This record gives sequence, C-alpha cells and structure tokens, in this order.
Amino acid sequence: MRPVGDGPYLQVRDLRVRFDTEDGVVRAVDGVSFSVERGKTLGIVGESGSGKSVTSLAVLGLHDPKRAQVTGEILVGGRDIVGLAEEEVRRLRGRDMAMIFQDPLSALHPYYTVGRQIAEAYRVHHSGATRREARQRTVEMLGRVGIPQPERRADQYPHEFSGGMRQRAMIAMALINDPDLLIADEPTTALDVTVQAQILDLLGDLQDEFDSAIILITHDLGVVSQVADEVLVMYGGRVAEHGSAQRVLRQPQHPYTWGLLSSVPSLHGDADADLVPIRGNPPSLINLPPGCAFHPRCPHATDRSRVDVPELLPADEPSHLVACHLPEPDRLRLYQEAR
Amino acid sequence: MSLLAVEGLTKHFTARGGVVRAVDGLDFTVRAGQTLGLVGESGCGKTTTGRMLVRLLEPTGGRIVFEDRDITHLGRRAMRPLRQDLQIIFQDPYATLNPRHTVGRIVAMPLTVNGTRPPGGVKKRVQELLELVGLNPEHYNRYPHEFSGGQRQRVGIARALALRPKLIVADEPVSALDVSIQAQVINLLRQLQRDLGLAFVFIAHDLAVVRHFCQRVAVMYLGRIVEIGERDEIYERPRHPYTRALLSAIPDVAKLGQSEGRIRLTGDVPTPMNPPSGCRFRTRCWKAQDICATEEPPLTAGVACHFPEPEGAP
Amino acid sequence: MVRFLIKRLLSVSLTLFAVSVVSFLMFFALPRDPVTGMCPKNCNAERLERVRQELGLNDPKVEQYAAYMKGIFVGRDLGSAQGGKCEAPCLGYSYVNSEAVTDTLGRVLPVTLSIVIPAAILWLLLGVGLGMLSALRRGTLIDRLAIGFSLTGASMQLYFVGALLLLIFTYQLKIVPVPHYTSILDNPLDWASGLVLAWIALAFLFSAIYARLARAQMLETLSEDFVRTARAKGLAKRTVYGRHALRAAITPLVTIAGLDVGAALGGTVITETTFGIQGLGRTAVYAVRGGDLPMIMATVLIAAVFVVIANLVVDLLYAAIDPRVRLS
Repeated sequence: MRPVGDGPYLQVRDLRVRFDTEDGVVRAVDGVSFSVERGKTLGIVGESGSGKSVTSLAVLGLHDPKRAQVTGEILVGGRDIVGLAEEEVRRLRGRDMAMIFQDPLSALHPYYTVGRQIAEAYRVHHSGATRREARQRTVEMLGRVGIPQPERRADQYPHEFSGGMRQRAMIAMALINDPDLLIADEPTTALDVTVQAQILDLLGDLQDEFDSAIILITHDLGVVSQVADEVLVMYGGRVAEHGSAQRVLRQPQHPYTWGLLSSVPSLHGDADADLVPIRGNPPSLINLPPGCAFHPRCPHATDRSRVDVPELLPADEPSHLVACHLPEPDRLRLYQEAR
Repeated sequence: MSLLAVEGLTKHFTARGGVVRAVDGLDFTVRAGQTLGLVGESGCGKTTTGRMLVRLLEPTGGRIVFEDRDITHLGRRAMRPLRQDLQIIFQDPYATLNPRHTVGRIVAMPLTVNGTRPPGGVKKRVQELLELVGLNPEHYNRYPHEFSGGQRQRVGIARALALRPKLIVADEPVSALDVSIQAQVINLLRQLQRDLGLAFVFIAHDLAVVRHFCQRVAVMYLGRIVEIGERDEIYERPRHPYTRALLSAIPDVAKLGQSEGRIRLTGDVPTPMNPPSGCRFRTRCWKAQDICATEEPPLTAGVACHFPEPEGAP
Repeated sequence: MVRFLIKRLLSVSLTLFAVSVVSFLMFFALPRDPVTGMCPKNCNAERLERVRQELGLNDPKVEQYAAYMKGIFVGRDLGSAQGGKCEAPCLGYSYVNSEAVTDTLGRVLPVTLSIVIPAAILWLLLGVGLGMLSALRRGTLIDRLAIGFSLTGASMQLYFVGALLLLIFTYQLKIVPVPHYTSILDNPLDWASGLVLAWIALAFLFSAIYARLARAQMLETLSEDFVRTARAKGLAKRTVYGRHALRAAITPLVTIAGLDVGAALGGTVITETTFGIQGLGRTAVYAVRGGDLPMIMATVLIAAVFVVIANLVVDLLYAAIDPRVRLS
C-alpha cells in the first residue's frame, strides 16, 4: 500500500523509549528524530547501550507496552503508529515495513522449513492466497536473493543452510511483501567478510529494484560508509551527530564520531602508530552521566558539558546536525589538528 | 633460531559423513619477540591451529617445535614446564573467566597451579599484573561480573602474562568488544609486546586489526596457508587471489564513495569436509584453470597459487 | 531413521536382558526360603522338597534362568501342580495367587493402564495449560495463583489428597461411587466414575511440576530471536504463541512426561492403596511380601518394559518435533 504524496516514507520525531526496571528508569532512547526517504539508506551507528536496536524495535511497534513507554511520533507512510492499536500496527508489520536481524540462525525457527516460514510471511498479509501461490512466490523470492536451487532449498531447515544463505533467506522473507521500509539490524555482523560484501551488494541491488527505504543499524563504520546515504550516530540513547554520509564520515564534528573514526583500525594509514581509542567505557543507561552523556570520555569536555544536555543543532550545512557544546569554529579547528 | 616452528601441522576430525580436514599441512615459524597474524574466514582452521599450538588439541599430523624441542606429542607432565612459556588468550571475555572466582584468584591461578613463588608473594605479583594491564590493583577481590567486557579481557591478558611467557597465542582477543574498547585493548597488547618482548600468534578474522598488530601475516583458507609474508607486502602487494578478494571485500571508511575495483567473490566458503580437489580456492577464483583442479599449488616464496599476481602489481 | 530405530531396539533388548538377570539374582539374595512362604499351613519337609523340585529350585541358577527365558519366548512345561503346559509368553505360576502369572497380569494390567493414562493426559493438559497461561500473564494475579496452585500440589501427599477427595465426593456429596474398576469395554461410564477420583488426585500432584516447567520453558522461548522474528512478520499473537513458541517450548516437557508416565505405569502403589483398587502396583507389593518369585520377576520386567518403551517413544517424539535431531 503506497500512500499518496511525496516526502520521506518514515518520519521519527522526538522518540523516547523508557523502561522501568528494578534498578531504576532506563531511558534507552531519549529524544531521537530522523527520517528516511524511499530508495535511500540511513545508517544508524552506535555501540552497546546506544539505543540503536531499541529505536528500530520501536519503529516496528515491537515493544511490550507493559514494559516500555514509547512516546513521540513515528510516521510510517504518513500514519503515526505510536498509540495506534496493536491490531493496526500488526497489519503494517511484515507488509509495509519489515526487519531482518543479526543472527539468522537464531532468528529463524529451527523446527520449520525455510520455505514454510517465508510462505507464512506471505500468507498472513495475503489472506486470499492459496498455498500454491504462496509457495510459488517463496521460491521466486529465494531465487531473487541469489539462493541456488530455490525449489529444493525451500524444503530445507535453517540449520542446513550456510550463514550467508540464511541471511539471504531472511532478506527474502522480509521483502516478500514488497515493503516500503526495511530495517536491517546488524545484518552482516555474524558473517564472514566476503559474504558480508555479497549481502551488502544484494541489499543495494534490491533497494534499486524495490525502491525501499532502508535503515541499516551497525557498529561498523566501514559498512556504513559503503551503503549509507545518511548517517545517524547515537550515544547513550541520544543523537550525537546526523548528516549525509559524506559529512559525518569525512567532516565529522562530534568528538564521539572523531573517537570512533580514529579508534577503528584501517587498511590504510600508518600501521605502526598506536590507535587513538576513546578512553573509558560505554555508558550505563541506568546511570547516564548528567549533561552531555559523552562528557566522561570526551577530551574536550567543559564544565558546561557536565551540566547541560547539548542540543542537536545544524552545523556547516542545515542537514548536518551536531549535539555538542563546543562552538563550531572550535570543532573544526580541533578536528583539523587531530588529523 | 626460531622460537616456534610448525611443520606440516594437520588436524582432521571424524564426523558423520566423513573427515573434516580442519587444518591440512601448515608450515610457519615465529621468532622470539615477533608477531605473526593468522587470518581467514570461518572454516579456515585458524582457531584449531591456535589450540593445537598450546596443545589444547592434539595434532593428527605434522610437528610443533618450540625452542628446538619437538612438543607435538609430549605428555602432560612434560608439557607442564612449557606451559609457562606458551600461553593463550581467548575470545569471549564473558565465558573464559570463572564467575565464581575473584579476579585476583583468576590471575593467580597459573602461579598456584605451577607452584611458582614469586619474590614478594603471589598477591603482590597479581597486583603488579593488574596494574600492567591497566586495571586498578585494589580490585583484586572483585568478581568478573563487576567488570565490563574490555576490563574482563584485560584480566584474561593479565592471567596469560602471569608466568612470564615467551609466546602468547591470542585467539580473536578483541572481536567480542565494542569498537571504542577494541582500540584500547589493541594498544595495550602492542605496548606489552614491545615492553616484554613477547612473541605472538595473533588469530583474527579482522584484517584491519591484524594490520595494527602483526609484523608478519599468514592468510588461511580451508585449512591451508595460501599466502604468508611481511605485513606491508601482504597489504599493499597481495599476490594470492583470495588475499586480494579478502582485502577488497573489507568495507573501509577511507573508501567512501568508491565502488569500483571491488572484487566480488561468488558463493559461500565451502566446508572443510570435502575440500575441492587441487587448489581449494578454485571454486571461487576468477582465475581458475584446469591445472588448479588437478594440482594443489605448493607454498613457494610465500604464496600458494599457480597464477599469483605478479609482484609489484597493485 | 531406520538405523536409529534398529540401534535403539538393540539397546532396549540389552537393557531388558540386564534387568531380568539382576532381578532374578536379587531374588536369590533374599535371606528366605522361597518355598516356605508359599505354603504356610500344612507343609511338611517332604512336601516342601517336592515343591522345590517342581519349581526347579534345586537346579543351578543359570538353568533356572534359562528355563524362565525359554518360557517367555516359546512356552514351557510347568508340571501338573502349576497348570501343566504354559503357553508363551510364559511367566510362570504363582503359588500365592494360585494361577498363572499371565492370568493375574491380564487382570491387573488394564487397571493400572486405566488409572495412569487418563491421569497423564489430564495432568499434561492441566500442567502445560497453566504453565503457558502463567507465562503469558507473567506477574499478574493469574500467574501467582497458578504458581500457588502448583506449589500446593507439589507439597501434597497423594494419600492425603486422595482421602480428602474420597471424603468430599464419595461420602459427603455422594456424587461419585466408591472407587472401583470396571473394564471400559463393559461400561465406559462406570469405568470413568470408578476411577475419576484417582485421576484427579494424580493430576493435581503431577500437574504442579509440569506447570512450573512449562512456565519456565515458555518464558525462555518467548525471549528467543525467532519469536521476535515471528512478531516482526506481522503474525497474530495467537499464531506466535501457539505455532512458534509452544512447539519450541514443549520439547523438554515431552522428555519428562515420557519418563514420568513410564515410571507410573510400573505401578502406582499408593494410588491403588488409597483408593482400594487392585492394580499392578499393589500386586507387585503383595508378590514381594509373599516371596512369589514368578510374580516379582513379572512385575519388575513389565515395569522395565514400560520405562524403556516410554524412553523410545520420547526419543521418537523428539525427533518428530525437532528436525535437527533427525538429521544428526
């Protein structure tokens, strides 16, 4: 179902996800906004505790309302799903928006054949479809994602597939209903690097073909650099930096992004120099540092960083947003010095 | 004189349906104070090799020579003193520390097991070690669950250093850590390697990490070494098609915006159960010819290929 | 699959063989002359000796065992005092009951089966149902009630529960007759009403454990990745819980249920005693008290057969539910 009108397919505004646990309130996502257009890819980058996975689950409405409080706006094709009845959201899941997960071995049911699981995804949203139709479509999709002998493979179980093929099968399952939005949560982290390259290529090809919006969640900056049009860097449940891939990866203006880029070993550059790590540890969401969540690890923290939460403001261009107390000229200078 | 020399090292497992040739004839040496990286994807046999080096697994063929002594099939008693010199660091910091032991006890274990009495006492040595790896020596009595992943990995490193080993086998020591922590631990390992003159066999699937730590690199595929050489040679002038494909497949931020020049391999990594005849890489190699199916290319001048890339070619 | 079956049947036979040998030998370890127990009244030494001769008790143990085994497979001749020719499967002659063992078994076996099998169905349904309900309504009143129920059941003794049920339903309210056994083929209604209290008592006790197990398994399964995928596909909650979660959660329960049922079939002595029904359990106890070797051997063997078959069935069910087991 493609709604009329242009504009981004997905718009998230001031999303907050709160968990009440025995140890205290966890603000897993604390005011995140972004949008994704059809045919484009948004890369969400973050480490553990950044809130990136919680964000994606919120977009699909998969949080248990008894455990998590989701506030803000999530507009899917113009429709706000926050506060929408579960039945309504369920209709969108798997049809208008789909998700693939990190470990395809545990994400697929071990007791049912791959074909059956994919056909199930088709039939739940096409109630009039016969088994044969569903089967045909399944085999077609399996072939589309590059699985050889799809007829035979459809009758096999997940553990009989290799890691790369399993992920392809998951992609087939997610795309079988031609969704407008695909969320891929660390889709290649568990795969070998040569297989990862294949999967990323596949996603790119499928995006061209289906014109879907893709959100790719990862901790791997290299992966992001390869597939993302836009990049969102998350830290401690908040957005640290947001902009085009070119800007964020080539001209970053947040100390955390600098830290990420300089700490990742690269295939080029001086191999004998020490890496420049970010000191300290990723934050605990229960005891989030006051003010700027990154300040305990930031070499440029000021007194203000300890007290005020920095606002997400435009930097060198309107679409490049940075949440940092440092004035822009200082940031630009510091980055130049560090390189 | 090499510290560690491996000749024709082989490990076959029997499983339903056949023999898994996990490691099939490895040859390499490591000098004192030198670092060798073993890289490859899943099923290449690098982890199995690491375990064989410290004799956690018994080789089914070949030799392991440590300081001119053949240790391939030494009995447990004879291996005891050698365990001081050969240590291992594992991948998963959450699984390799006994959750019921204090960190102090964990680090002291090699000392107590070996009956070593360091001057000043065990406790002092343990605190020294904790400090050496960047942990607070006051945390001697804390339990693993009170530490973060990166800190636990440091505990594992401290434990490995307790007996002043000459060679450490590090099996994916940073793969399970967050990106920002990886860099800390890699730097720590670099520093320790320099300061203590340690030799390392560094096992990893991440070529970029290996580049920042190892002086020499061996690329493995399906149980064999396909290319071995000095770091810069491997990374800048790779000669084996697989090495080239591997390097090309790694997404690197520096390559932002470039999509040309990427080599795309087809298919998945075949299983070590029935490796292809001749050259094992031929099923995915764009250069494969008839001879590749009939003759297995020997490892000559650091590369095992019938049609290696010419030296000097980009 | 065929290879699997053959291997299992082989190990089954070996197990049964071992059981038969051990129980046979154990009987002779008893510090009692088997014959004296058999005729307490006017038995003089001469008669005892004759009986001993007839029963073959003076033969070497191995021969006795061989004769017994032969009887099971082919049938043997027991001598006139024991009813003459004994057709296969011949389990001997019981002096205590004055009839062939197989006849006794023919009477009491259906009783035990009638007690255990419906009770098992009941306790499984109740246990798994409660467990699932608790898991899905975790932390709510229903969950707490269910746990409370299972705790109560687990801490009760069957004779207490049984006595209570008898008191209330048979004697006070008079809606259920005094427990007794009627064959289901003769009168199904009577069969059911005669055993219903026993079923309820057993179900109450056993379902407790299963409820807790089912709850724990279900909770664990619900946090699995594939359940999250099922929800992400847009499946209705009913389908997610019923088709995806339940099937995965149920496997450990199948194992335990199999073992419990197998053991129970060997004779639910306390149930039978509490309700005054003569089943396999009670028969076995009398046999031991009376030193009735053939009967003892028979009941031990039957119990072993049930356990072993139950294990086999469990393995087969496991393979049917989990395809990974099949192909490994």
